[in-house]
Amino acid sequence: MKKLLLALSFLPLTAFAAGADIKLDRLPSTESREQLPSMQRGAQLFVNYCLNCHAAAFMRFNRLKDLGLSDEQIRQNLLFSTDKVGNNMTVAISKKDAAEWFGAPPPDLTLVARVRGADWLYTYLRTFYRDDSKPSGWNNIAFPNVGMPHVLWQLQGIQAKVEEKTEGGRDGHGPPKLVLEQPGILSKTEYDLAVRDLVNYLVYMGEPARDDRVRIGIIVVLFLTVVLLPLAYVLKKEFWKDVH
Amino acid sequence: MKQTLTAVLNWVDERFPLIETWKYHLSEYYAPKNFNFWYYFGSLALLVFVIQIVTGIFLTMSYKPDANLAFASVEYIMRDVSWGWLIRYMHSTGASMFFIAVYLHMFRAMLYGSYQKPRELLWLIGMGIYLALMAEAFFGYLLPWGQMSYWGAQVIVNLFSAVPVIGPDLGVWIRGDYVISDATLNRFFAFHVIALPFVLAGLVFVHLVALHQVGSNNPDGIEIKKKKDPVTHIPLDGIPFHPYYTVKDIVGVTVFLILFSVILFFAPEMGGYFLEYNNFIPADPLKTPEHIAPVWYFTPYYAMLRAVPPMFGSQFPGVAVMGIAVVVFFFLPWLDRSPVKSIRYRGPLYKGFLAAFVVSFVVLGYLGVLPPSPGRTLVAQILTGVYFAFFFLMPWYTKIDKTKPVPERVTG
Repeated sequence: MKKLLLALSFLPLTAFAAGADIKLDRLPSTESREQLPSMQRGAQLFVNYCLNCHAAAFMRFNRLKDLGLSDEQIRQNLLFSTDKVGNNMTVAISKKDAAEWFGAPPPDLTLVARVRGADWLYTYLRTFYRDDSKPSGWNNIAFPNVGMPHVLWQLQGIQAKVEEKTEGGRDGHGPPKLVLEQPGILSKTEYDLAVRDLVNYLVYMGEPARDDRVRIGIIVVLFLTVVLLPLAYVLKKEFWKDVH
Repeated sequence: MKQTLTAVLNWVDERFPLIETWKYHLSEYYAPKNFNFWYYFGSLALLVFVIQIVTGIFLTMSYKPDANLAFASVEYIMRDVSWGWLIRYMHSTGASMFFIAVYLHMFRAMLYGSYQKPRELLWLIGMGIYLALMAEAFFGYLLPWGQMSYWGAQVIVNLFSAVPVIGPDLGVWIRGDYVISDATLNRFFAFHVIALPFVLAGLVFVHLVALHQVGSNNPDGIEIKKKKDPVTHIPLDGIPFHPYYTVKDIVGVTVFLILFSVILFFAPEMGGYFLEYNNFIPADPLKTPEHIAPVWYFTPYYAMLRAVPPMFGSQFPGVAVMGIAVVVFFFLPWLDRSPVKSIRYRGPLYKGFLAAFVVSFVVLGYLGVLPPSPGRTLVAQILTGVYFAFFFLMPWYTKIDKTKPVPERVTG
């Protein structure tokens, strides 16, 4: 029941696509007992790889206690950019410099999962490829001409784009295919799982109250349907007996 | 104990018409006994109004009407304020539910001819509420200061700028600036939390007073006051609003709250229709979103606006069509020439036109959400024609329509 409702609350996200007109890969599901460890690993990836250029200015470090971490664990493992666990996830990079380096200042990522959707993020983080015509040397299928270089390339390795000539496809091309030219630290399966963890974390960060919302929602809806509705109905029936 | 209470009651009643008011508006207000499903939405609209006021008060405690702080303060409410996410989702879901209740309430009036004599003024006041509600929703939508807030407001204010001669000055006057800015946000905040809630509360009060003066219509469209008990002078088909309709409305309220809660707790964004995805990006005056769509409750009018091509290099014709599409509702009591009120006794012409009207309104609403394309614009143009045909041909088709005889007393 809870799983179904949780899935339902995701529905709007999964139905959404942005940017390039491509088929998005679905974010693989995570078992409920794997949820917290997955988000913890995602938080670590986020802090290590994203939180140098991208801020998450609406998110406090100690909110990560939601994920089963203690203040001490947060301080030891995740606190690089500040010294107080009550601080927000801000970055020191100046907007002006960043705009000069990447073409545009890196957007705040607190709400990115609510804007883009989980599937888009899952696809985007896995479709970087080498493109020497770009200033950063990288390009992306889900987000063509993106300013960001492939920050996770050491994990994934380096991909290249191959356009297969087919009859049916647009412009005589099939859908672009990526092949791994140089393997990274992680295998393909491991990398996909790592990205899933990161996206799970981003979805959590977009709305930390989500789990509470669903949990409380079940209680509220149960109360209304099982307790209040029958009572109200019986009350109405009783009063209306004498209306003919 | 009971004696003391009676004494207190009497003390108050000598100084304020408490019991009289209670009787006049509730325990001795006789409503027709045959209300059906469609009669829930008035009280439900009132309920949502109260929800919006109460949640709005709590939101105001943490919200900051400042272009630099507004977006962050909403996220602060969503994250750091205790139960802030619940209050905010109640308010955002409530906004859409308010329109659902009001649209169904208005449709009820069209089904059963509730705007006809002697309820013309009641209808006009109701339309006043509808206009005030649209303004309230529009002002409120700017406050989260997201991309859609910003560009939606830009589009709507530009409609006023399209008015010939005074347009540009009018736009500046509304915004308080040449673009949507901090000044705009502050004045919209003032309108949203003080001016329009006042207007709405006043109009709702007057709406109820007018209703209780003329009495409720019913699915048969019969005046129940015409058949009274010779001794008690109580309408034969009337029952006291309290307790009969209060207990009945509790059932309706519970079902409504279930629906409300399912949206609020399991799909607060409602697939991007109640909370638009782009509104999770802070307002950026330098970056126009690819596709600007107002929230769903305005999209039928937005589709009409886009359906009308610019003429003489001006967008004004579209704006005018949009305005007339709203205002034309005010004239319903005088456009309708039918001798009967209820759809039950109307002829096939009215039924057909009403069905066409509903289809045009819903499909236009759907088209207004989507980016325009030549095919869609053509459909929108046809449906805009259908929409107006319903109103402008009404004097003619309601007059020649074959009506059925109306019974003396209400049927089940």
